[in-house]
Amino acid sequence: MTDIPLTTDQLSVTYTGDREIEAVKGVSIDFPANTLTTIIGPSGCGKSTLLKSLNRLHDIQENVEINGDVLLSGESVYDTDVPAPEIRRRIGYVPQTPTALPVSIYENVAYGLRIHGDYDSKADLDEKVETYLRKVNLWDEVADRLDAPGAELSTGQIQRLCVARSLAVEPDVLLCDEVTSALDPVSAESVEETLRELKSEYTIVLVTHSMAQARRLADEVVFLYLGEVIESNDVRSFFEDPQAERTRTFIGGPTPVDRDGTPVEPTATPPTHGGGSTVDDDER
Amino acid sequence: MNRYTRQRLFGIAVRAAASLVVGVLLLVIGVTVIRGGGVLLADPSIVLTPPGARYMLEGTGGFLHAVLGSIFIVGPATVVSMVAAVSTAVYLQSDYSSERFSDAVNMFLNVLWGTPPIVYGLFVLTIIIATGTQTSLFFGIVAIAIFQYPIMTRYTDEALRAAPETVRESTYGLGATRFESARMTVRAAAPGVIAGLVMGFARGIGDAATVLFTTGRSTRMPGGLFDAATTLPVLIFDQAMSFNAEVRSHAYAAAFVLTVVVLGLIVLSKLLAGRYARYTPGGNR
Repeated sequence: MTDIPLTTDQLSVTYTGDREIEAVKGVSIDFPANTLTTIIGPSGCGKSTLLKSLNRLHDIQENVEINGDVLLSGESVYDTDVPAPEIRRRIGYVPQTPTALPVSIYENVAYGLRIHGDYDSKADLDEKVETYLRKVNLWDEVADRLDAPGAELSTGQIQRLCVARSLAVEPDVLLCDEVTSALDPVSAESVEETLRELKSEYTIVLVTHSMAQARRLADEVVFLYLGEVIESNDVRSFFEDPQAERTRTFIGGPTPVDRDGTPVEPTATPPTHGGGSTVDDDER
Repeated sequence: MNRYTRQRLFGIAVRAAASLVVGVLLLVIGVTVIRGGGVLLADPSIVLTPPGARYMLEGTGGFLHAVLGSIFIVGPATVVSMVAAVSTAVYLQSDYSSERFSDAVNMFLNVLWGTPPIVYGLFVLTIIIATGTQTSLFFGIVAIAIFQYPIMTRYTDEALRAAPETVRESTYGLGATRFESARMTVRAAAPGVIAGLVMGFARGIGDAATVLFTTGRSTRMPGGLFDAATTLPVLIFDQAMSFNAEVRSHAYAAAFVLTVVVLGLIVLSKLLAGRYARYTPGGNR
């Protein structure tokens, strides 16, 4: 694996339905290895669209046109003979809504391993399920009820289950789409804690509308606005010495506007990071 | 008339309508249970006894032939129909077909749904005549399967549409193929799919028009796939038309058996759906 496992090259995504909308406009970003990169920006700025185009998740939708390219370890993700499922296996995706597959807790984690045949024996599968549940700090909470339906866990536990499930197929990159936005503050903190622990081992791309979360978790920050990259930098420089005027406005200034020019609720609080980092300080 | 009087009158009207429907339903079940249950209690063996040589004239023996006919026709038809229905419903999801195409298929399914079953019977009869064969168990299966297909497809399609989109996204995000993803989505939609299966079976086992002139209205035990047979609904019609009072009374017993089977299936599907609902993201549906 190179130091930059994932790169986008002039990537554009256009929805070609009733109304043509270019949601992502010629974006070129590097996602460095073993780093957590957050993509931030107001609602509707193309964050999730960008994320889903990184592992060809748009292939399952109609009316989406993609130009430019995404490179995984230097190889094109779009211009390739490799089947899309193999690409998605290497670039995992955790959706915004915590979703347990309609099977047991155990089978949720085993699912990816089973479809890819990534285990030798039942004992091996058991061991891998335990390893990944431990990785997301869920093992102790569910060890005695692995056969219970995944859907019966709390939303925070389900989201950690989703992360464990994605890690189990050993992806090169993990895409997380606003993974704490549907969670209560306590659950969100547990998921953040998990991501913090994982980021030294994995290349993670996290979409968030929460500035505070970006500050707490990110190594690198990409600021997306109306489908364009306004600024990208390491987290310290980004927040302490923003280069672009729009970034300064978005970080602390007046209300930004969305695609239609209507004001967007500010999702960021002024930089008060320091002591007790509560997760809910800006979760609306 | 002031607003509150109008509200009271409306309240009375809706309650009357609901009572009327429930009342008629209770009456139907009541008559079946009292008359059919009585006949069955007096001689439960008629369900398990093959018909005598002159059953339709004298009521000798029982109507095992129709019970078996129903099972042998509706069982396989339900299996065939269900496989086709689930496949079609998966195909109608966005991963496989365009919205415009799935709209067109849906309209076609509505037409099929609304087609009177006797028309299916006639269609299958045309095949029988064209192929120079004769009415049999096999063509009963064909006719019932065609009849059940739009019902099951509609239920399954609705269930799949209601399944959370994120289940699909999650499976694709793990590197699942469309087939693997579809399997998981069907599981997520299991309560609705089971409801479709049971409704299809219930409608199939209760329908007389489709099998009336495709199975042969046999009065003997079914002998094979290409032998004439009969089913309970057709038998009930024949029994009720009989001159013999005992044969006529058997019609109620047969109706009772049908009603109990359908009620039992509905209860079973509720239990099964409840089991699967525990696994369904978003709780019980």
